[in-house]
Amino acid sequence: MSDHAANGHSDSFEVRILRQDAPGESSYWERHRVEHEPDMNVISVMQRVAARAQSADGKPVAPVAWDCNCLEEVCGACTMVINGQARQACTALVDKLLDEQPAEIELQPMQKFPVLRDLVVDRSRLFRALTRVKGWVPVDGSYDLGPGPRQSRTEQEVAYPLSQCMSCGCCLDACPQYTKIELTPGVDESAADFAARQEQTHDSAFLGAHAISQTVLFNSHPTGKVNAGERLDVLMDEGGLQICGNAQNCVAVCPKEIPLTTSIARAGRATTFRLLERWFEK
Amino acid sequence: MANQRVLVIGGGLAGLAAAMKLAELGTPVDLMSLTPVKRSHSVCAQGGINSCNDQTRQLGDSEWKHLDDTVYGGDFLQHQPPVKEMAYAAPKIIDLMDRLGVTFNRTQEGFLDHRRFGGTLYKRTAFAGATTGQQLLYALDEQVRRYEADGLINKYEYWDFLSPIRDDAGVCRGAVAQNLMTMEIRSFAADVVIVASGGPGLVYGRSTMSMVCTGSAVSRCFQQGAKYGNGEFIQVHPTAIPGADKLRLMSESARGEGGRVWVPRKPNDSRAPQDIPTAERYYFLEERYPEYGNLVPRDIATREIFDICVNDGLSVEADRQCVYLDLTHIPRAELDRKLGGILEIYEKFQGVDPRDFPMKIFPAVHYSMGGLWVDYQKSAEGGLEAGSPRNQSTGIPGLYAIGECDYQYHGGNRLGANSLLSCIFSGLFVAPCVQSAMEAQQGSAADQPASLYENARQDKQSEHDALLNQAAGGENPYLLHQELGALMTRAATVVRRNDQLTEAYEKLGELAERSRNCSLSDSGAWTNQNVVFTKALKDMFPIAKSIVRGALNRDECRGAHYKPEFAFSGLESEEPAERHHQAEAWCDRFEKNTEKWLKSSVASWDGENPQIAYEEVDTSLIPPRPRLYGLVGGEVIEQVWAERMARRHGESGNGAPQESSQAAPSTT
Repeated sequence: MSDHAANGHSDSFEVRILRQDAPGESSYWERHRVEHEPDMNVISVMQRVAARAQSADGKPVAPVAWDCNCLEEVCGACTMVINGQARQACTALVDKLLDEQPAEIELQPMQKFPVLRDLVVDRSRLFRALTRVKGWVPVDGSYDLGPGPRQSRTEQEVAYPLSQCMSCGCCLDACPQYTKIELTPGVDESAADFAARQEQTHDSAFLGAHAISQTVLFNSHPTGKVNAGERLDVLMDEGGLQICGNAQNCVAVCPKEIPLTTSIARAGRATTFRLLERWFEK
Repeated sequence: MANQRVLVIGGGLAGLAAAMKLAELGTPVDLMSLTPVKRSHSVCAQGGINSCNDQTRQLGDSEWKHLDDTVYGGDFLQHQPPVKEMAYAAPKIIDLMDRLGVTFNRTQEGFLDHRRFGGTLYKRTAFAGATTGQQLLYALDEQVRRYEADGLINKYEYWDFLSPIRDDAGVCRGAVAQNLMTMEIRSFAADVVIVASGGPGLVYGRSTMSMVCTGSAVSRCFQQGAKYGNGEFIQVHPTAIPGADKLRLMSESARGEGGRVWVPRKPNDSRAPQDIPTAERYYFLEERYPEYGNLVPRDIATREIFDICVNDGLSVEADRQCVYLDLTHIPRAELDRKLGGILEIYEKFQGVDPRDFPMKIFPAVHYSMGGLWVDYQKSAEGGLEAGSPRNQSTGIPGLYAIGECDYQYHGGNRLGANSLLSCIFSGLFVAPCVQSAMEAQQGSAADQPASLYENARQDKQSEHDALLNQAAGGENPYLLHQELGALMTRAATVVRRNDQLTEAYEKLGELAERSRNCSLSDSGAWTNQNVVFTKALKDMFPIAKSIVRGALNRDECRGAHYKPEFAFSGLESEEPAERHHQAEAWCDRFEKNTEKWLKSSVASWDGENPQIAYEEVDTSLIPPRPRLYGLVGGEVIEQVWAERMARRHGESGNGAPQESSQAAPSTT
């Protein structure tokens, strides 16, 4: 509700955006000037920038590309690096950002994913990790087989925060051990071959905090447990839990305040038991 | 037939449910979405999902009563067999979602917890915190990922559906679509295409809907010959948080827990709300509806808030319409315990703590009851014939519609917590129907000549190229969209007047004309959002025109469609005999109106305008009766109506259905 003109801010402000025209091309900074309106968030800033299609110095420019959908912080689409921090553009309020850093807002694409254009990145690796850890309950099927297993209120209260993970990727962007993988298609490589090669590369790289937390969610579900061993094996395999350096950045940036480091600790204990189990099985 | 595939457009609850069920039945599915499916608009649903359950059953509830509440809430405008099938499937759907791992809230004994929602007397609504839609969507997303890992489902995320492909006989054989990253346009052969693309919120500029809810997929089917049903029925939620980019929902539970709605009595009062003494505050809902106060039904609350700002000029802010929703009289600890989640949303987006300052809210477009017209086949029991290829069919062979984008389940007004149900139900139910359609099909998509697909692709490629090469200096698509949104919000939301609708329809023609002149500010060949948006904008006009034309034609009040000129007022007389006489006249008028207007509007597109025909509604299970909530003299009218019905059934010897019950007035 703070009135920026009254608080000493001017009627307009600058937005500095790191742009890139296509994958693999070099990036460049561009300045935009935006009129200040009440209750603005970074999404509405992007909408004004797109409608105006002019940089701060009046030069016609293509609208800046960005990803968004729900604008309520439940879909995870609009992650970008705003004033140096990976977060959701929808909940990044202009007045607060200008209080943090007067007169200018700085926008960059996420740093750990390949840029497709401007602020749009390819997060397919993030979703692929959910397949790697078998992030589902292995039900017999969708036929009517009665209710699910009874669960206590406490179990629900532990599971619910983990199941709110919206795959936004903030935890990954902030993680020092999650490093960017950017492949380029070979000259004679078909789209399908390239996709397969990409998948293969992703499958041996670090899973990330979000996927580790999902294994904890499914391993604690009464039916999901059936695959607990397989999920733990994935955590103990290449690109698994051992890569985590315990920087704890993930939990600090998670917009849904998911207890990611608690999940990592729980996963760590479970893999230790799994290791012993496997050792005794030999 | 070997090698048959289904293409599903949209990966929200309906699309995911259909994809999962088809894969389970062994049919390969291509699943196409504008966004990664996990980010679909279904995630925005907060409240819950309805079904008759073990507890409500022991209090007298039944699937039949769920059906009754749904058609009564919808003002009897929906065909009853599909609603019956849905209500009877609901308990099994909740069981299934529970098995899939949805983190539903639990009772202390470990059963599913339920809350009460509008339009019913029973606690029928299962919920997962304040994010039920998100949790249901994730459970289906996970199952779809499982089938994807098995190779039965292929996802095409970041693809824009451009058109169905129809062969010479008119059969749908696939679709043309565009990759939103590479901008590649290609054809997809499919034996059946299922559209599950959600609502058209962006036609109104800003709404509670997500940015992918452009209605373009539906419009593209409509322009290719599918029909659009009940377009004029748009649900407006009374309390949303106005934002520069979006109108965000503020749950009804804020009023349920004691929230009070008010405006300063003095127009444009510049004082801070806490400095305005009680005597100078106008608690207009409490004054106008002493009995129900702030908890009047949704449509009434919406109309009153609208009226106080638009007609009385009492908006809290001079340049923006809003009223106060005040919780500051309730102790903080109590607010945190009961409303924590939703208050955090307000705080996060407005930067203001609603425990200290009243919230500013205004009604917002929320849901479209209307959508693609679909068929159904009634069973002997009055429900649907399972597996019939007619169910959910758009009438174009091979093209189906499910979820919010079909017109079938909610009639004139949707009950809270019924939308998640209709999405999952129609998605699961359509799968065997599509399979029987494929078995009966003459020749599969794989047998079609390559030219069918290549020509369709080239058509869209030329349109795309022409748009990119449009001369500079034309219309700005984003500004044109703002004009469209303002026009639609003014003319076709809460209160509708024929003069405004006539004017709006003409203006829509002009805007549509101008949209052909859009020039792009982006000629980029990679992730060109400018061109994608411009295409979606152009396709908003057939839908907008159908909404406005349907509203203009419909000279009555029904569900969410309200024209003051045709409203039935309450009884005026206080004298019992005269009051009874007036009630008889009221019922006569009601019956006459039912005779004339209990019909669905069904639009077809002639290339420029919608042509609207009317379809009789199947009310064979529950006879229509007046919705009387809040009406002066409602109890007398109800009595007169009951006597009239008893008399009539006595004469014909054909009573109302056995299980039927006179439900309590709806609160939706």
